[in-house]
Amino acid sequence: MAKDNNPAGKPGKRTAKVKARGPGSRSTGCGGGTNGLLPAKFADWFQSRGWQPRAHQIALLERVKSRDPTLLIAPTGAGKTLAGFLPSLVELSGRQKTDVQGAGQGAGLHTLYISPLKALSVDVARNLGAPIREMGLKIACETRTGDTPVGRRSRQRVKPPQILLTTPEQVALLLAHPDASFLFADVRTVILDELHAISGSKRGDLLSLDLARLRSLAPDLITIGLSATVARPSELRAYLVGQDEPDLQVAMADVVFAQGGAKPEISILEVDEPAPWSGHSARYAMQGVYEAIDRHNLTLIFVNTRMQAELTFQELWRINDKDLRIALHHGSLDINQRRKVEAAMAKGALDGVVATSTLDLGIDWGDVDLVIHVGAPKGSSRLLQRIGRSNHRLDEPSRALLVPGNRFEVLECQAALEAAHAGVQDVALSRSGGLDVLAQHVLGMACQAPFNPDQMFHEVRSASPYAFVDRKTFDRVTEFVSTGGYALKAYERYAKLRPTEDGRLRIANAKVAQGYRMNAGTIVDTPMIKVRLVGRRGKAGAAQGRTVGPAAARSLGGRAEKPLVGGRVLGEVDEGFIEQLTPGQAFVFAGETLRFEGLKQTEAFVSRAVASDPIVPSYVGGKFPLSTHLAKRVRAMLQDPEAWQQLPLPVGEWLGLQEAYSTLPGANEVLVETFPKAQRFHLVAYPFEGRLAHQTLGMLLTRRLERAEAMPMGFVANDYGLSIWGRRDMGEMIEDGRIRLDRLFEVDMLGDDLEAWLTESILMKRTFRHCAVISGLIERRHPGKEKSGRQVTMSTDLLYDVLMKHDPGHILLEAARADAATGLLDIGRLGDFLGRIRGAICYRRLSRVSPLSVPILLEIGREIVGQQGREGLLRDAALDLIGEAMGEGPAGNK
Amino acid sequence: MLQLKPDRLGLNDFQQQNVSVCGKSFVADMSGALFWPAEKALIVADLHLEKGSSFAKGGQFLPPYDTRETLSQLAGVIDRFGAETVIALGDSFHDSAAAERMNDKDLNALRTMQEACEWIWVVGNHDPDISERLGGYVVSKISVGGITLRHEPEGAWTTHEIAGHLHPAAKISRDGFKLRRPCFIGNGLRLILPAFGSYTGGLNVLDEAFDPLFGGEGFAIWMLGQEGLYPIATRLLRED
Repeated sequence: MAKDNNPAGKPGKRTAKVKARGPGSRSTGCGGGTNGLLPAKFADWFQSRGWQPRAHQIALLERVKSRDPTLLIAPTGAGKTLAGFLPSLVELSGRQKTDVQGAGQGAGLHTLYISPLKALSVDVARNLGAPIREMGLKIACETRTGDTPVGRRSRQRVKPPQILLTTPEQVALLLAHPDASFLFADVRTVILDELHAISGSKRGDLLSLDLARLRSLAPDLITIGLSATVARPSELRAYLVGQDEPDLQVAMADVVFAQGGAKPEISILEVDEPAPWSGHSARYAMQGVYEAIDRHNLTLIFVNTRMQAELTFQELWRINDKDLRIALHHGSLDINQRRKVEAAMAKGALDGVVATSTLDLGIDWGDVDLVIHVGAPKGSSRLLQRIGRSNHRLDEPSRALLVPGNRFEVLECQAALEAAHAGVQDVALSRSGGLDVLAQHVLGMACQAPFNPDQMFHEVRSASPYAFVDRKTFDRVTEFVSTGGYALKAYERYAKLRPTEDGRLRIANAKVAQGYRMNAGTIVDTPMIKVRLVGRRGKAGAAQGRTVGPAAARSLGGRAEKPLVGGRVLGEVDEGFIEQLTPGQAFVFAGETLRFEGLKQTEAFVSRAVASDPIVPSYVGGKFPLSTHLAKRVRAMLQDPEAWQQLPLPVGEWLGLQEAYSTLPGANEVLVETFPKAQRFHLVAYPFEGRLAHQTLGMLLTRRLERAEAMPMGFVANDYGLSIWGRRDMGEMIEDGRIRLDRLFEVDMLGDDLEAWLTESILMKRTFRHCAVISGLIERRHPGKEKSGRQVTMSTDLLYDVLMKHDPGHILLEAARADAATGLLDIGRLGDFLGRIRGAICYRRLSRVSPLSVPILLEIGREIVGQQGREGLLRDAALDLIGEAMGEGPAGNK
Repeated sequence: MLQLKPDRLGLNDFQQQNVSVCGKSFVADMSGALFWPAEKALIVADLHLEKGSSFAKGGQFLPPYDTRETLSQLAGVIDRFGAETVIALGDSFHDSAAAERMNDKDLNALRTMQEACEWIWVVGNHDPDISERLGGYVVSKISVGGITLRHEPEGAWTTHEIAGHLHPAAKISRDGFKLRRPCFIGNGLRLILPAFGSYTGGLNVLDEAFDPLFGGEGFAIWMLGQEGLYPIATRLLRED
């Protein structure tokens, strides 16, 4: 079906029409003139507001008029969303005179708006209401999310509004419904908001396939992509259009760049206290943060993880003697609580909001005039986007303060700051679409209507992430969907897809469609546990009183033996964190200090408490690995004592100490140190390649050290380096040649060692679990439907092991391997690193801990060493028992 | 006197562990099987053959290799111990239709083993009826040398018993690492075997289901590793 050879090399029709334009060629030239593109009604409305249509808004009107798919790249606050909708509003306002219902034979849905966040769709709908109302346009505009009532959802399928605002998951579900061809037949425009945040992920893969389907259902539609500044616009441009001839050329959408605003004003917050050795909370600098909030109108305090948000919020309230109105906003909090904070921000009723990435995406509330970033920003693009939050008028500079959490982060903040000033963006690597996502999509399409495999293959390849999928792989995916795709044909009689007489594939029965709807979507979260506040009956009844903030947190009297009384749900927390707690321990959540009472089914019961040293749930390091670009800057800075003068004094001193006691690596070297500590021996390396790459490196080095009989026991990795510890003196072994460092870091470890390690790796199993859920191999756990008691859910680890052994070429293993290679393990980056440091290993054998290694050694989140490590753990525990039995007493410390 | 300590204290040798039940000596194996040297009998519990394929009806196509994996493991252990009798302690088949779903290759593998050994199926709650087609003797329980072998363990203070059914597993935590593995659990008077099947999960030995069996007077456990079977102090045990 696919034309492999096109002798004429003639570009496809769409490609010819959609010529790529260089940045700025037309995007900024429109000036004030609207070239008659803006009807009088709209021009008046702009005027009544005291606004001028912006050049990029006019440019988009023009592109839509000539039916060119377009990517708009604009900083936050540039009126990006209005620019995206303006063409549709103009078109619909002109249409309503003649034909109110719509143009074609379909349902009359004209514009589909898709954003990564439910909240964003809701917010945009609200903002869109204003121009529609004020211009008196008769345009129906509705949202559709998981929260939309069932009644309205089914009505929307039959009689949709002209503009529908929704999420990628909802689009997938709509497309899998038999009504889809009717519902989407008239769609003219698809607006993809915050495209940079969706593309490049599995959600983006799914959406790209849905776009391909939409293009089949409504061949005339065009896409408008809205994006923040990105390093490689071409990827997004290719994403927006159908790839008709992927073997010959990459088709691209047009691109419009909005004018950039003034350069941001960024600085590192200066405080008297030195930055600590480790941690990310920046507790030392809170007074300074507090004073900055006080000096500004509305401050957003961004942190990297939810738990940093908790800590920061807690600290700010502890020193809040001026009663500033400071709120907390993160993804684990109950939705109502988040909505309240958002509303308060919009009303100007707050002075500061501590937030995580839930506030990252495009939601503009209130008059933010300062962004504070606590912890290292991990990448300069990320920093620029977050800073964009403070900037409502493009001509005024954004103001931002960076607050490093520890000494390494000081270096990183300095590097990020320099990069932001230079306007440098991090480069995101391109990836090909996940096969697990494709499997889900194929099933969804079969649920909509029987499909012809040839046509489906062609359609799938028109989505840019899948442009290079070959027919054999596609057929294997289809087979997987149908019968599991095993070498052993066990499930033929249960096949989900069955051929029709004309060679199409249909679903076997209605249950299959039901199963699809229950499992659609690509977000596989680690199981979350509800945190429920409980009180004790009796004289401690006061504990059920309402409290406003942490200041009101108090302990429970008479806690013993009183029955627990259920209260409200505070939010959700990772299952893994709750596992670390024992009843009675205090921890920080939802801005309060809580006492863990115990686990009841899927809920963690907590009561209010006062504790001087509560535990903050630990996420293993930051969520975002240090970008390659920033890592390079940090390395360069280490090597340049003059650059240290830019750094706070204690940090400069610390680097000086390291220089004197050990050494600092050159910009293209890697430093390796060995030293004994507490009866164990450490080998520390500082590649500065980010946590993921270091974790992988740690696993691989451990394997090699095991073979060299160095008896490694475990390792820690953070964004900057890693430390492996073991029972043998690795320094001595390096000295006498039993370990050769050049061999240890030889690039060939990415071959056999990687293969061998991947096979048993915990990370690989985690990846496999994601693929198994997304592809529909195993069913999602639905809240409230968890099996209880002895009925154990099938562990994907068992499935993985059996599959590895008996069907190692299975398509899901292939998908998991591809995922592991690109995302989870950062192997590409590790390979570059190993190549770069060949012959450039700088080694120091030390008699004690080096200054530079301290932050790594203090890092939490240790990863257990492969199979050997697990076996060693059992062996140790067993020897303990034997020792006890022989009368030596518990061998706690060895 | 309860026998809470492992009988043999060979350092660094964890291949097998000697375990006694009311004075009789057994060898517990890291595969989860129990060998009875005096009777040359191998005891395995909860094979759950064809568990993987049982999900297909509901639309989940799990890898259909669990039966093959379980049987080849079993063949390996029979060989290693030179067993002459095999006693499967119930729930050998995941459901009543499981045998019909087994493919010829797996059925042949089973028959080959049955030709070499006396084969006894003890029935379990998952497989109350075992077809004659599957060879071997089918019994509800069996007593050998004063020891009763049955699927589901009886209530408190039962002694002289070896059973399965509960799929015991232990979770330990040490140096900040956590590990969860199937295990043998016993008190010298009775013993419960881990599930031998490859798709079988485990129930934490701290679950209340285990409470009545040992009368709150303690038990010993042996955790299954990849290279050995490890006696573990119960103070290291953690809840899930």
